[in-house]
Parts: sequence; structure tokens; C-alpha cells
Amino acid sequence: MTASVATRTEVAAKAVDVWKIYGTGEAQVHALGGVSVELEKGHFTAIMGPSGSGKSTLMHCLAGLDAVSRGEVYIGDSKITGLSDRGLTNLRRTKVGFIFQQFNLLPTLTAEENILLPLSISGRKPDQAWFDTVIETVGLRDRLKHRPSQLSGGQQQRVACARALVSRPEVIFADEPTGNLDSRSGAEVLSFLRNSVRDFGQTIVMVTHDPNAASYADRVIFLADGHIVDELHAPTADAVLDRLKRLDKAV
Amino acid sequence: MLRATLKSLLARKLRLILSTLAVVLSVMFVSGSLVLTDTLGRTFDNVFSNIYSYTDVQVSAKSETADAASGNSSAILPVPASDVARIEKIDGVRKATGSVFVSGARVIGKNGKVVISQSGQFGGSWTGEDELTKLISGRAPSAPDEIVINNGLAKQAKFAVGDPVDIIARAEARKTYKVVGIMQYAGNRDSMAGETTVLFTEATAQQVMLGETDVFNVIDVKGKDGVTDNQLRDNIKAALGPKYTVQTGDELSKASSEAIRGLLKYFNYFFLGFGTIALLVGVFLILNTFSIIVSQRTQELALLRAMGASRWQIIRSVLIEALLIGTVGSLFGFLVGMGLGAAGASAFTSLAKMDSAGLGLPVAAIVTSFTIGILVTMISAVLPAIKAARVAPIAAMRDAATTDKPLTGITIGGGVVTAVGVGSLSWGLAGAGDATLLLVFGGVLLTLIGVALLAPLISRPLVAGLGSVFSWSVPGKLGRRNSSRNPRRTAITAGAVMVGIAIITMISTIFSSLSTAIGESVEKDLQADLIVYGQQTSDVPPIIQPDELKQIKALPQLQTVASVTYDVVSLNGKQDFVLAYDDVPAVITVLKLHPVAGRIDHIDSGEFTVDEKTAKERKYTVGSTIQVTFAKGQTKTLTLVGITNSTSNGNGVVVSNTDAQAGFTFPQPIQALVKAKDGVAVDDAKAAVEGVLKNNPEVSVQTKKELVGSSQQQFDVALVIVQVLLFIALGISVLGVINTLLLSVIERTRELGMLRAIGLRRRQTWSMVTIESVVITLFGTVLGLVVGAGLGAATVTALKSVIGFGAVTLPWGYMIAYIIGAVIVGAVAGLIPAIRAVRLNVLNAIAYE
Repeated sequence: MTASVATRTEVAAKAVDVWKIYGTGEAQVHALGGVSVELEKGHFTAIMGPSGSGKSTLMHCLAGLDAVSRGEVYIGDSKITGLSDRGLTNLRRTKVGFIFQQFNLLPTLTAEENILLPLSISGRKPDQAWFDTVIETVGLRDRLKHRPSQLSGGQQQRVACARALVSRPEVIFADEPTGNLDSRSGAEVLSFLRNSVRDFGQTIVMVTHDPNAASYADRVIFLADGHIVDELHAPTADAVLDRLKRLDKAV
Repeated sequence: MLRATLKSLLARKLRLILSTLAVVLSVMFVSGSLVLTDTLGRTFDNVFSNIYSYTDVQVSAKSETADAASGNSSAILPVPASDVARIEKIDGVRKATGSVFVSGARVIGKNGKVVISQSGQFGGSWTGEDELTKLISGRAPSAPDEIVINNGLAKQAKFAVGDPVDIIARAEARKTYKVVGIMQYAGNRDSMAGETTVLFTEATAQQVMLGETDVFNVIDVKGKDGVTDNQLRDNIKAALGPKYTVQTGDELSKASSEAIRGLLKYFNYFFLGFGTIALLVGVFLILNTFSIIVSQRTQELALLRAMGASRWQIIRSVLIEALLIGTVGSLFGFLVGMGLGAAGASAFTSLAKMDSAGLGLPVAAIVTSFTIGILVTMISAVLPAIKAARVAPIAAMRDAATTDKPLTGITIGGGVVTAVGVGSLSWGLAGAGDATLLLVFGGVLLTLIGVALLAPLISRPLVAGLGSVFSWSVPGKLGRRNSSRNPRRTAITAGAVMVGIAIITMISTIFSSLSTAIGESVEKDLQADLIVYGQQTSDVPPIIQPDELKQIKALPQLQTVASVTYDVVSLNGKQDFVLAYDDVPAVITVLKLHPVAGRIDHIDSGEFTVDEKTAKERKYTVGSTIQVTFAKGQTKTLTLVGITNSTSNGNGVVVSNTDAQAGFTFPQPIQALVKAKDGVAVDDAKAAVEGVLKNNPEVSVQTKKELVGSSQQQFDVALVIVQVLLFIALGISVLGVINTLLLSVIERTRELGMLRAIGLRRRQTWSMVTIESVVITLFGTVLGLVVGAGLGAATVTALKSVIGFGAVTLPWGYMIAYIIGAVIVGAVAGLIPAIRAVRLNVLNAIAYE
């Protein structure tokens, strides 16, 4: 991991002239209109934009959850455009992690089992030292045997973060991870995400509409009408808000 | 409100189809059996009205022992030929014709076997061509060995005019006759109902069918013009006195078809039994479906409540759904049932070579189908409807997270119902007179419902235990956990499986215990090495001819040969079976009899012996007397001279051979028990006896071991038939499993999406859903096996005193087969839900925008 911290210019994921078109003829909607973007390894990138700007679509395409209409998507060096379901499943097992707005934990499993789920699904053994590190970082040591229904929202999302981290994916995609949390729990989760980037060199891509959440990122990409319209490095909440206001006026 | 109901109904098409299918299957059996019996009933009506259409009045002797209602003709009383002249002198009589026409003429086909006919093997006298019968080739019989046969027999056995035919007549050993003519009935019918008929000359018929000369068994009477059949009947009745039965053609046809309709009733019971089980399983399924629909609609219902819908309106909307499903299901069930009934009837009539009366539309079938279908559906929907009405308006604002209610109430309820059920069952089995059947049936039903209520509680440990088998893989573990997620839903789904399996396991347990018991008792009580007897295919038992018996007795390989015959008599005014032995000491040896009271080593005319158990039941002691009216008409008073021990083979009243020879319809031996000499191999003895019997196609020799096998065989056949029930019950409960799993898949869309997003393969998703399905089905099966075996064992134990078998034999083979079957059925049931889960679009499943 320390190696990747050193070479900061490496690309973890990239989109090359990606188009996403829904419908045909008159009813055609261009959700993405030729987006090209590179996401650096070991960076925390936020994708922002108003509703319908295509920010979630972009993330889904980058994560291989959605097929693109035109263009190419890469995770690391490998092209994922055109992969079969089997190939995509392999990709998700080894290279990609997810954090959802709704936590999406299995209610039948304990916190520990939920965290280890991606590894057990693909039949891999957890690296005990790494597991311990992750658990310490998210601060869930005394909650491991609890079921999701016995945990608070913030704790559940921390379990979800640990689940994404434990398989050491090349990229973690987080879809509005704080959308369902109060501001204090949200801040906990966000600083945890930022710490994992800083301490472990983890790459994280997060979609959010919350300027405050975006301020935790290293870089913010702004989308409007399916195009990348702007970006900010080392943002503050106020700066992000300011850009968003300008975007709103433009639209 | 109605609009909303209909819309939401249509939006759930698959679920709608599944629950309608449950109603369809249940109703199908009810309507099918009613249509089948109706069609067959009318077919038989037609046959008999054809047979008697040219008969004004028929006279026969009144029999004391024959049961007129069942048409049992084993005891046929002859009327003297002189009666014909007597009747012709009666006022209003134009013509009287005496004839012989009785069952028991067994024709031996070209393959050396008796020509089988389910409708009867008749022999009679040729009375010339008339309105009903005409010769289609050849001529009338004139010599003692000449016969006319019906065209049906000619076609079936490929006999032509001039062929020699061997016949075992009712009162004559096997003999060769010659076909001189072939006849048909009016309307170019080859037979009336698929029976075989042989017509001799009058003298031969009297001799070989009735065993006497100058007698008939029926006298057909034609009235003068202007005399009604009823007048004629009354005139003859008055003139002949009470010893004769005088009936008009209409009365005869009615009596005969009523007898058949009585038999068809059992047909009905059998299929209605299927229907009942189908309904029981159906209730679970419908209940489950509606619970699912209601919980899926929680938000919608809450919204309606928030907008001012009253509780009653909510209940009504669910019940209207039930009414619609019930009506549509009943309609289709009725139609499919009608088709099945018609198919069954046509299969039966073509097999029996009868003209089908055509498909009818019995009102009873329509009314019953719709009443049952709609009522059952609506009753099953009441609980979910009430649950729906309890949805609070606030639920509309919440994410429909249904919290698990505690199981205390349902568990206590289940415990109480089970206890009441078991109590009622044991009361019934302990013997409660007329209420026994009701108590047993109610007990079984209540026990099943009670266990179904307890199932949510039991499901937790049991499902965990069963599921641990699959825990070696991650999908297996997930599937197992999923199946214990909603104990109520799992339990009610498994409950449907349980009911079917439990009932079938119970029946199988009883049958296999019976089968074992019979085998054991034959082993224990029978000293004979060989048993000579024939499988009875008509009302005339296969007979060992007296000279054959004589030859068997003379065989050097044999030590003891004892023959047994039996007949129906009227004993103290009631119909009963009595036995007679030609060689009492031999029977005593072979059946291991010993005296309990009095003497049993010989029975003289006017005496009888009885076994201990029968004596106790009827309160006979040595010296007791009974009034016996034999089939041939004479009444005798018999005195009890001895009481034997009871065995499993020959219990009841034993009369002297002398009385039997004089009074029995068939005094010839029906069964012979043979003991080989020491040192003679059983197979050698068997071969020797077979040599003697080579000309008797009806009777065969079995070793003791073969006898055990063949007496157990009928239970094995019954067991196999019962398995058909299983298919139906399982078929319906599979619908429930599909239903539940589909709901699970839909409810867990987001979860499935997440699992796929973090790397669960399609194959793994498939096995996860399949294992959940298999675990639920297995849970129901194991529960059913335990409950069914318990109920069966209780029944067998309770019947110990009544029937005399008490050892419980569990049908292990079948039980293991059920478990294997459950795994397969579970996997199949999981197919549709699994496909749905696999096809799930990951993005849609996790997207929330």
C-alpha cells in the first residue's frame, strides 16, 4: 500500500468518451454525453451535481454496474466495457467495493459476518491483521457479534465501510454514503473514509449532493446535463457550495 | 374502493394465478368425482332398463340369505318347473316362460385361462329368439353339449360356430361343449354391459347351472293387453303367496341400478377423500397467499386508511378479492373436474365394453363445487382480512418494515389446539361408539392445525438443524438463514407440505403395520405347507372339484389335507359367514386348534363350534343354540358343542360338513390346507398338487411363504395408490412454496442486488434461493413425517384390541422416499423464484433515485 501512496499519479479508474443514452427517437435522453475522466489512485474523489445531472449514472458506469452506450471504462489497467456477467462478477470480487446509501447489510448475519461476506462469497480467507486494522479504524470491536437491527445507522454504515475495505479493492464506490445519516454520524463515516485514503492509500469515489460531504474529498468533479462542467481540488464546503450555486444559475 | 381492489388484484397476476390454482385443484376433485359417478350411474341405469325393457313381470323364489339390495346372487333358489303352468292360469297372464339365468359359467379361453369379465359370467337356458335376443349365426342348441354364446364373448375369446369350448359351470366340473350359435341383443349389442353369456339347452342349463332337474330360477311373465304391469304383479303376488319375489320390469331395473349406485358411492368417497386433502392443503395456501398480499399492500392499505377508509371497507376489499379468486377458481376447477370425470367415465365404459350414457351436468356437482370453492377461499381470507384492517394509517408514512411479533400467543393457541386434537383422537380410538369416526377425524384435523400453529416456534431450532446440512457453502448458509427469517411465513408454507405428508404417512404406517401383522399371524397360526385356492373374480368362488380333492388326498407326498368351504347364511336373522370342514381333525392340526371348552374333534349335524373370541363377543357358551337359515332355504337349530382358541385364519361359526353339503350354495371345497409328509420338500409337494390341478384354471397352489406374500400384496397395492394422494397434496403445497419464495425474492430485491454487487455469482444466487426452498419443504416434510407416524402409531396401538395387531411398522422406505422427494420438490419449487433472483438487474436493485 505504501508503494501506491508514493506513485500518486497512477490511475485507478477511467472513463473514455462515455455516453449513456436512454430510450430511442424523440424520447431519447442523454444521461452522459461523452464524459472522459481519470480517477487517481489513492485519492478521494467526489462527484457532484444537481438531480438528473448524471452523477449516479457516471458512477454506475465506472463501477461496471451499468453498461455504457458508447465509450470505454477501465478499472486499473483492465477494460471492463463488454465484460460478461461472469467477468463483471470477478471484477466486483477483486477490484471493486461498494458503500450504499441504504447500508444494505444482511439482517440475518452479524456485523462480523457482514464484513467478511465479500471474502466468503468468493471463498477467500481474510487477512487477520488487515481485518483487525479495519475493525480498529471503524471502531466496531465490541459490536462484531451484533446484528444490524441492534446497531445505529452510523454503526451500520461503518460496518458497510469495513465490508468494502476488507477485500482491499482497487476502488471503493460510495453512493451517497451519508444520505441516510444524521450530521454527526455522517461526519464520523466521512472522516473514516478520508482516513482510509490517507492511511492505507485506498481509492474512493463518492457520489454526493452534500457540499459538506464533498469537502472531505481531495477532488470534486461537477456534472451537469451529462457533462463534466467543473472541478475543484482540496475543496472547502463553502467553495463547493459556491460552485454549485453558479451551476444552478447556468442550468 | 372496489376499483382499487380490482386494480391491485390485477397488478399481482402471478400470485393471483397461484392461489386460483389452489382452488382449482381442490374443486377439481370434488366436481370430477361427482361427474364421474353421475355418468356411470346413468350408464348403468340405461343398461338395466335395456335388460328389463321387454319384461312385464318376473317371478323368482324369495331368498332368506341373499341381500336383495346388493343383488347378491350367490344364493340362488330354484322354482319348480310346475310353477310355470300355475302362473299361466293366473288372471291377466298371457304367457309365462321359465328360464335359467345365473352367474357362474366360467368359460376357458383358448389360452387355457378363464375369460375374465368384470360384469359377470352368466350361464342360462336358451328360450328361443325374442324381442331382446336374436341369433346372428348358427342355430339354437338342441343336444346336451351344444351352446349359444353372446357375440361379446365370441369376439373377446375369438370363438366361432363349431368351436369346442371348455366351461366350468356353477354346478358342474370342467366339461367341453360345442358352440352352435352366436347371439346378439336388441340394438345390435354384443352384450348388455360387457358380460359373457353361455346358453345351454333347458335341461342342461338346469343341470349344470342349478344342479337340479325341472327347476328354473326366474319365470318371465307377459300380461294380456290392457293389464298393467302393476296389476299383473299384484295378481301373481296374491296367487303365489309370500315365498316368491314378484317384480315388474321397472322395479327390477331400478333395484339393480340402485345396487350399482350403492357401489359407486364408494368411488365417490375415494375421490372426495382426495378432494378433502386437496382442500386442506389449499386452505393453507390461500391463507398464505392472502397474508402475503396483505403484507405487501401494507403501505397501500395504510394510505387508504389515512384517506378515510374504514376498517370494514378494508376487510371487505380483501374479502372481495377472495370472492373473485374463489369464483374464478371454482369455475375452472369445475370445468377441469368435469373433463376429468368424463375422461374417467369413458375409460371405464370402454374398459367394461358398455355404452356410455354421455356427459351430464349434475346440479349437485355445480352447487358443491362453487359452494366449496368460494366458501373455503373466503374463510381462508378472513384472518388476513382482519390483519389488513389492523394496519394503522401511520404505516403509510413509514418504510414498510414489518416487525416480528412475538410467537407467544400463536404458540399457546397451537398447544391448546394440539392437546384438544390428541385428546379427541385418543378418545375416539379408545372407542366411543357412533362418535368414533367423527372423533378420530376431528382429532386428526385438530392435531394438524395445532401443529401448524406450533410450527413457527418449532421452525427456529428445526430449520437451523436441517439447514446446517447446507452450511458448507456461503449461499447455503445465506439460504438457510433466509428460511428462518420469517418464522410465521415459513411455518405456514411448510404447514401446507406437512398436512399432505402427515396424512399419507399416517395411512402408510397403518397399512404397513397391517401388512406385517398379517404376515406374522399367517406364519404363526398356519401349520400348512401349501394352500390351494383361487382368486375370486365373480360372485362364484373358484371351487376345487371333489375328484380333484380326492386325488390330492391320495398323493403319497402329503400327510394331511383338510378342505374348507364357507357360505353366507342367515344366523339368528342376520347375514353371516359360516365355515365347514370336511376333515375336522386335519383342520385342528393344520390351524393349531385346541379346545377351550367342550369338544372340538368332531362336529355332527345339528352342532357347531366357534372360536373363543367370537364366543365371547356373542356370549355363546357350550350348549347355546343358534337358528341358521342356509342358502338353499332350510332352517336348522344348531347347538354349540365346543369352543376353540382364536386364530387369524379361521374364526367364526363352524357347522358340520353334513349340514354344509345340504344347505350351502357351493358345498364343494373352496380352500384346501395341505401338510407335506416329513422329508418331502415343499416344492415337490407343490409340484404334485399342481399336477392334479392342471385342468382347473381357477385354482392354484401356494406355499405358505407365497401366501404371506400375496396377502401382503394387496396392502402394497393400497400403499402405492395412497402415494398418488401424495403427488396431489405436494403439488398444491409446491404452489405455496413458490408463492412464499417469490415474495422473499421481491422483498429482498435490494439485498440480492447488494450481494450481486459485492461479487455473488448467478449460480450462487440460484443455489441460495434453491436451498431456502429446499429447507422450507424439508421442514414441512419432517414435521409431517413425525406427526403422521405419531398419528399412525396411535391408531395402530388403539386398534390392537379391535383387529388384533399391535406392532407398529413404520414405512421406512416410503418415509425416506418422501424426504428425497421433498428435496427434489423443493428444488423444483425454487425454480421460478431463483430465475427471478438470478435475472435481477443489479443496478435497479440498489438504485434509489
